[in-house]
Amino acid sequence: MIHLIMDTFLRYLKEREQEQLVKILSFMFYIFRHDDLKEMLDSNKDSLKLEAMKRIVAMIARGKNTSDLFPAVVKNVACKNIEVKKLVYVYLVRYAEEQQDLALLSISTFQRGLKDPNQLIRASALRVLSSIRVTIIVPIMMLAIKEAASDMSPYVRKTAAHAIPKLHSLDPEQKDQLIEVIEKLLADKTTLVAGSVVMAFEEVCPDRIDLIHKNYRKLCNLLIDVEEWGQVVIINMLTRYARTQFLNPNINESLLEDSSEKAFYASDDEEDEDKKAEAAALVKRKPYVMDPDHRLLLRNTKPLLQSRNAAVVMAVAQLYFHLAPKAEVGIIAKALVRLMRSHSEVQYVVLQNVATMTIKRRGMFEPYLKSFYIRSTDPTQIKILKLEVLTNLANETNISTILREFQTYIKSMDKDFVAASIQAIGRCATNIGEVRDTCLNGLVQLLSNRDELVVAESVVVIKKLLQMQPEQHSDIIKHMAKLIDNIQVPMARASILWLIGEYCEHVPKIAPDVLRKMAKTFTNEEDIVKLQIINLAAKLYLTNSKQTKLLTQYVLNLAKYDQNYDIRDRARFIRQLIVPTDKSGALSKYAKKLFLALKPAPVLESPFKDRDHFQLGSLSHLLNAKAGGYQELPEWPESAPDPSVRNVEVKDSVCARRTVLTGKAVKNQKSSSESESESESSESEDESEEESEEESESDTNIRKKKTIAPSGSIKMYELLHRITGEGLAVEYCFSRQPFSPDPNMVAVQIQFTNNTNSETKNLHIEEPRLQSGMRIREFAEIEVLAAGESVTVVMGIDFCDSTQAANFQLKDLKFSLAFNLTKRCFLSLFTGKLMGMNEISEKLTLGEKCVNEHVIVERVTATANLSRVPCGSDKECRFAGKTVSSGCLVLVTVTTKEGGRAQLTVNCEKMVIGTMLVKDIMQALSQ
Amino acid sequence: MIHSLFLINASGDIFLEKHWKSVVSRSVCDYFFEALERATEPENVPPVIPTPHHFLINVLRHRIYFVAVIQSEVPPLFVIEFLHRVVDTFQDYFGVCTEAAIKDNVVVVYELLEEMLDNGFPLATESNILKELIKPPTILRTVVNTITGSTNVGEQLPTGQLSVVPWRRTGVKYTNNEAYFDVVEEIDAIIDKSGSTITAEIQGVVDACVKLTGMPDLTLSFMNPRLLDDVSFHPCVRFKRWEAERILSFIPPDGNFRLLSYHVSSQNLVAIPVYVKHNISFREGSSQGRFELTLGPKQTMGKAVESVLVSSQLPRGVLNANLNPSQGTYTFDPVTKLLSWDVGKINPQKLPSLKGSMSLQTGASKPDENPTINIQFKIQQLAISGLKVNRLDMYGEKYKPFKGIKYMTKAGKFQVRT
Repeated sequence: MIHLIMDTFLRYLKEREQEQLVKILSFMFYIFRHDDLKEMLDSNKDSLKLEAMKRIVAMIARGKNTSDLFPAVVKNVACKNIEVKKLVYVYLVRYAEEQQDLALLSISTFQRGLKDPNQLIRASALRVLSSIRVTIIVPIMMLAIKEAASDMSPYVRKTAAHAIPKLHSLDPEQKDQLIEVIEKLLADKTTLVAGSVVMAFEEVCPDRIDLIHKNYRKLCNLLIDVEEWGQVVIINMLTRYARTQFLNPNINESLLEDSSEKAFYASDDEEDEDKKAEAAALVKRKPYVMDPDHRLLLRNTKPLLQSRNAAVVMAVAQLYFHLAPKAEVGIIAKALVRLMRSHSEVQYVVLQNVATMTIKRRGMFEPYLKSFYIRSTDPTQIKILKLEVLTNLANETNISTILREFQTYIKSMDKDFVAASIQAIGRCATNIGEVRDTCLNGLVQLLSNRDELVVAESVVVIKKLLQMQPEQHSDIIKHMAKLIDNIQVPMARASILWLIGEYCEHVPKIAPDVLRKMAKTFTNEEDIVKLQIINLAAKLYLTNSKQTKLLTQYVLNLAKYDQNYDIRDRARFIRQLIVPTDKSGALSKYAKKLFLALKPAPVLESPFKDRDHFQLGSLSHLLNAKAGGYQELPEWPESAPDPSVRNVEVKDSVCARRTVLTGKAVKNQKSSSESESESESSESEDESEEESEEESESDTNIRKKKTIAPSGSIKMYELLHRITGEGLAVEYCFSRQPFSPDPNMVAVQIQFTNNTNSETKNLHIEEPRLQSGMRIREFAEIEVLAAGESVTVVMGIDFCDSTQAANFQLKDLKFSLAFNLTKRCFLSLFTGKLMGMNEISEKLTLGEKCVNEHVIVERVTATANLSRVPCGSDKECRFAGKTVSSGCLVLVTVTTKEGGRAQLTVNCEKMVIGTMLVKDIMQALSQ
Repeated sequence: MIHSLFLINASGDIFLEKHWKSVVSRSVCDYFFEALERATEPENVPPVIPTPHHFLINVLRHRIYFVAVIQSEVPPLFVIEFLHRVVDTFQDYFGVCTEAAIKDNVVVVYELLEEMLDNGFPLATESNILKELIKPPTILRTVVNTITGSTNVGEQLPTGQLSVVPWRRTGVKYTNNEAYFDVVEEIDAIIDKSGSTITAEIQGVVDACVKLTGMPDLTLSFMNPRLLDDVSFHPCVRFKRWEAERILSFIPPDGNFRLLSYHVSSQNLVAIPVYVKHNISFREGSSQGRFELTLGPKQTMGKAVESVLVSSQLPRGVLNANLNPSQGTYTFDPVTKLLSWDVGKINPQKLPSLKGSMSLQTGASKPDENPTINIQFKIQQLAISGLKVNRLDMYGEKYKPFKGIKYMTKAGKFQVRT
């Protein structure tokens, strides 16, 4: 409510534009509001927590900083409500990087999740754990990934594949180990994993092409069933692979094609040389046989052209373009044309690629010419790309249709597009000799267009065209000279004057006349025209001084007194340069060379030329610049590498797989945690002190009746000696695993051993006599226990955090189980919280063996299920924990002093538990 | 791959941001705003914008820019296609994909984005799986949630991600089992000044709404499958069966989905259902222009042409238009110069026409551009290509489903040049 009122108040203030005040107030409210959220997060009601989290996520979405809530949020990481939990994950992943130390507090929850019997929970734990970008947990992530990579569930393995690039970006030094994992996952035979692992491969080690060999055929065969995003990644990778492993299928055609293409443009003598080279190549040529693996790839990707996903279609198209024999490439055209019906962004990318393709393989898209016709409703960038494709597709047979189409484009309202159309006409004219004159005439007509842009563009294009063969087109120059009487657009007039000046030798009679006319109108011309008149005069003076000397003098004199200083400057400069005087410098000798130097004809070629050295469909191709992480498409090899590397010996692999599987199964039964948790904890001890101590957790995959060997560190207590039990021995221990059916219960692991010679039957719990509030979840009845066998079951007891014993009967034997402080390891450490706690302090002398920290930590954690908390001093060890049912915090500090003395401090809300704990730890430490 | 996503509205406010890797400052969007300023029209913003350290790939849907930030090489279509999938999902969830809808459901949006991408790589994009993970908000559910305090997040774990048919959720139950298919064809055409067809194509889709219990296996066959020249399928369709027998065989997703889209080969002559007679002329020196437009049905196979809408971008020189429609209403926006005429149904006996004059800027020379005329229309119960569904069979389940099929023809990009 409060924040609502404040919101309205704020809005009111904002309306009044009291900005300064608003700033101050909003800052105050900001603090208050967050306090409000903190309160909600600390409450016991899930609905309040959810509401708070929703508000926080909404703030994150708007880009507001909520990092100060981190401690309050992260406490809820183990919340039972799924939505709260999910939102906490969102928050955690967003801020963990900024609050590394506090983020560590959440790690153990995920580690527990990694051992969950449900594959989806395992996967989601791994997903969040690997998304937390905290460098300290790199070893934990590495371990988790390795373990998940050999998980039974393909979904978990997929998640492991996803986690690989995350870890790689966090710590590139792990690369070698990650490559091992990738290698393992590449061998996976499920479609679920394939796409993700190839994505990891591309990000971590795209150059390790050798890892693909053995999996190549499998990937080809799985491809159609992989999810669409994975398909894209796999196809792109296989394109690169194929380029290194197979021969160019067009090796024979490419020679022919090259020469024919060159013949079209190149001059004659070059062609001769080409023919010689070709002849030499023909001698060397061997008949080309396509590798069956190459064929396999082409065959298996073809159906994907029918995918609904544009990215998949594009990936296949680029694969065919880069790898297929020329005769087969054509099939991709239809699919690409289909994509052009899609959203305009898709169109944009597809057209860029089509433009590149049409330069190399024009024939492919010719049947679809009309699909590239432009509609007035297309966005300009699409229009210009379509124009590019149409220009590339133009040839002798279709040029007349294309030109007719272009003519309608010139009338468009979109002036940028009109300009592009004129350029396109120019390019068609340069490429196709037959239509050059028609195009020129058409363009000359455009000179009378009202739009300056159109005229300017036409003149530029005409200028370019004329520069190619000026001698043949003196008539056009003459025509343009005539136009100057009518054309009013200054830009066009200027361009015409430049042309006449440049080619005044081709029109020797007309040029001086034009100058005469222009001299007459000089004072009324626009500035750019005046400048060109001066240019024309200078050029004529140099070539034909007899006729134009006086005219030039006149023009220069007019210019000398022009209002525009540019024109005055130009006139002075040119006079000094061309009119020889006594003092004229060295430059005037070269005046002719300066003005009438041969200017290179502009080259009209497609901006998409040579873009195909980038892999098509890639970002780099689109930008025509190498983007970070781009992998070059290798050139075809001269001779094919050994194809046998891809051979997979089927029998062997099956056997190997089977052994792996059985090995795994055995390990699972033996409770994989035993070995692994040991290695984990030893590693973490070596690693650093800050790291929170690993819980010794055994596999939580507890099914009743399943044998679980207790891990070594947990103490077994005797419940029933075999003599009193008439041959039946019962031992129990607190396994310190979460009891999955009810999180408030403590898991008690009971081991029955039958030492008699006969079977014992029907072991079960009878009428528990419990204190108020205590509850027992019984284990399923053990029907038969054979002689000499032993069996372990797990039962859950909710001790209600009391220290009372739980009494129950096993068949007809009576037992009472004493409470031992068994806590889930989770903690949140606040100094503020300490206030309400009872503190119990005891001095003690450490036992002889308690020489260093490791031993202390070991002893304390063996006594109670506490977790080590990082602390600054090396003389202090801090532990924290939570009681199972009510979630009371327990904090333990051991401060070592000289001479083996130490001080033990226990803070806990529940006094009784505190006292018991002090007693137990004292005992453990002084032994 | 995809680093971050920014949602930007038409007025240039970033109203949502989501990061999948480390946080990218929203100042990166400044490059986008620059490009936006340079582009004259909103749709002319280049889809890929390079910046010194990142690349921005954006799509524009429903007047919202979805700007994805990427850092290294990735196929641009991959990102574009994904962004469109995101928009489709939002639309599916909220009915509309507007700024208001996204802001109202910001938590669901965030949850969806979280599930759709992992570390920037698409994870779950199939709407059936997403709906299992996160239930779409409905009014009823919102009310129930506020009373009971339950959540939008699915209680059970999504099993669809694990199954071999990831697009279908398990345990679907309906009391009325029904399967409806809509065959919708669109005609894309360019008609030139004289009324002859320059290019015409038919693009069709088969949209399905399948509400069937259990795991039904459907087959759909056409009377004339040869008509379909180029097809693309929903992943559920068994491609081999189509290649061999030209039969669509599939286990359908639950609910609405696009079964296939196709292209009718250009060899077949496309029937053009409407014709336009037009006379739009400007005289030199006069400040008046003439505008005449008459529509008529052409090859409609005896069906009525409905919901006809004509629009045309008139030249900039036109100040106003004073027109007289024989039926329907017309509007002319003097700012954008867009003329649109809502015709309604074409009556073959009395052809609709729009006649009148346009006033031009005095003194200005006559515009040399020719406006093009865009036409939209609908024809019910007709697939213009002649495509017909033969039969639909169901295997794998015992009940009798209710089946239905509907045909429709629409104008796609139907343009008449003048």
